[in-house]
Amino acid sequence: MLLIPCPYCGEREETEFHHGGEAHIERPQDPDALSDAEWANYIFMRTNPKGLFHERWVHAAGCRRWFNMARNTATNAIIGTYKIGEKPPKGAR
Amino acid sequence: MVKPFLRQSPLAHLHLEARRPLGDGLPEAGIHVAERPHRSQIAVRGQATDPAFLQGIEKALGISLPTEACTASGKPGDLQVLWMGPDEWLVVGGPDNAALIISKLTTALVDLQVALVDVSESRTVIELSGKQARVVLDKGCSIDLHPRSFGPGQVVNTLLGRGHVLLHQTDHEPASGSSAYDIYVHRSYAEYLWSWIEDAAREYGLAMRS
Ligand SMILES: [Zn+2]
Repeated sequence: MLLIPCPYCGEREETEFHHGGEAHIERPQDPDALSDAEWANYIFMRTNPKGLFHERWVHAAGCRRWFNMARNTATNAIIGTYKIGEKPPKGAR
Repeated sequence: MVKPFLRQSPLAHLHLEARRPLGDGLPEAGIHVAERPHRSQIAVRGQATDPAFLQGIEKALGISLPTEACTASGKPGDLQVLWMGPDEWLVVGGPDNAALIISKLTTALVDLQVALVDVSESRTVIELSGKQARVVLDKGCSIDLHPRSFGPGQVVNTLLGRGHVLLHQTDHEPASGSSAYDIYVHRSYAEYLWSWIEDAAREYGLAMRS
């Protein structure tokens, strides 16, 4: 069980949270200009690294806010969590 | 808003009022339990960083907005404001007060960007108290409720017996070790949670409080 530090509520058990996939994926500025391949890339393709990964979580059974987490996908170590709109913490960029 | 003559507690079919009240129950009951139905509940959204919003709430309700995470203001059993999120609160009052509370808030918060929603019948409240109340909650809740890290005035949205609850500690007597909690539960989960509490509390003795 992971203990996840919600940026608003503090540390809570993983069961209170839902995972929301990779973070920091920007919606295309001009969607009409995209080819089908570029659309598919935006919608479906994720980096899936081994090691440092930035992902979205929601504190579903707590404050119900979305936030970002930097996690090591190999060790499950949480390097830090930060609010939506903020930059990843030091050591997690 | 539900018309008062139509509304019904989600635990009404259990006929809790017909059960033996405290005093006739187990003499050394470690757990006292009661339903507190139909509390007025108003969901409030607004900006905690806006002084006009904070002042408006205080003017309307006579109590300040709890801006610190997982805290409550006001007096248990009376008007209270519970922290729900960084821009969200639950104003709680006695039964049949929602319209009055909303009209006071509307007047005080006019011209501000806020949302007020009457959610009174969405949850009922199960009041749990006694020397073993914390131990019962520990069976199904991952929050550390020990007095060193949790106490009266603190409120958390969390899971209890795998169901979503809003857990508010209202009292603690260090001498006896007795604690009291208001457990706000969504009405469709109320019977499940009541059964869960009855089961979890059985070994400590469970008494109904009127
Ligand atoms: Zn949270």
